[in-house]
Amino acid sequence: MLDDTDRLLINRLQDDLPMSTNPFAEVGEELGLSEADVISRIEAMKDSGAITRFGPFFDVAAMGGAFCLCAIAVPADQFERVMTEVNDFPEVAHNYERDHTLNMWFVLATETPEGIAETAERIEEKTGLKVLCFPKLQEFFIGFRVKA
Amino acid sequence: MSVETKISDREIIAALQGGLPIVAAPYTEVADKLGMSETDLVTQIAAMKDSGAIRRIAAAPNHYKLGMVANGMTVWDVEDAQVAELGAKIGALPFVTHCYERPRARDQGWPYNLFAMVHGDSPDEVEAKRAEIAAILGDACHGHDILYSKRILKKTGLRLRKRG
Repeated sequence: MLDDTDRLLINRLQDDLPMSTNPFAEVGEELGLSEADVISRIEAMKDSGAITRFGPFFDVAAMGGAFCLCAIAVPADQFERVMTEVNDFPEVAHNYERDHTLNMWFVLATETPEGIAETAERIEEKTGLKVLCFPKLQEFFIGFRVKA
Repeated sequence: MSVETKISDREIIAALQGGLPIVAAPYTEVADKLGMSETDLVTQIAAMKDSGAIRRIAAAPNHYKLGMVANGMTVWDVEDAQVAELGAKIGALPFVTHCYERPRARDQGWPYNLFAMVHGDSPDEVEAKRAEIAAILGDACHGHDILYSKRILKKTGLRLRKRG
């Protein structure tokens, strides 16, 4: 279970970490926590899954690559097999099960724009299922923070 | 530093894609592994932030574990001529975390061109927010749906394919 201090820390950690030698000491100072407490709480939240990842958020598009949201309509009795096959692709950054005929939604991140179509094609070959690609045409984005 | 020994952005990405070490001096540890000075590493990360290659160094929270049990991807079939104006309005709503215009796939039974991710503490809360979006879109919207997430199947962030 997360306590109020964990929630405070998660909220702070969704913003950029300082690039000083001891960044967790600096975050601790902002929040009135010791460096050791900050580190052990982050470790615990990673272990419990409250934080799925801690580190740099890369934007492959800014590095000449591309992102694309894709979806597959997976027959229920093949779901586990297809999930394993799709997740095995390193280009698949996130994958969610959703309650719709199109029940598997994942994000491809590739180092080149051409990599999206190539990867989608390889996933089709592997799974035997049609991959729909929904690249973003416009982003209406203000800033994403989950309030913990 | 000579050109030959310069550590590439790619090497830095490879070292950091699994995450930053949660230790007192994380940049020192990563720099040591890469065989560079902490100052050079931090300078290079700062340059990658300036170029947009790195958005920020931060935590990715798991919404479910934070009690945000309902996460609905709302999708809307909006008049093309109005999608830019209406998308901006929807994207500005405080409960919408991601909002994009995407291509339709009509031949696959997918007429929707506007996607807005809505998080809430309960399905009722998400439905109320969906109704709020529907009211803003009004007659410009010809159909909509909501796809609740049932499970995270994978969430790793970027992974580079091995080269060579």
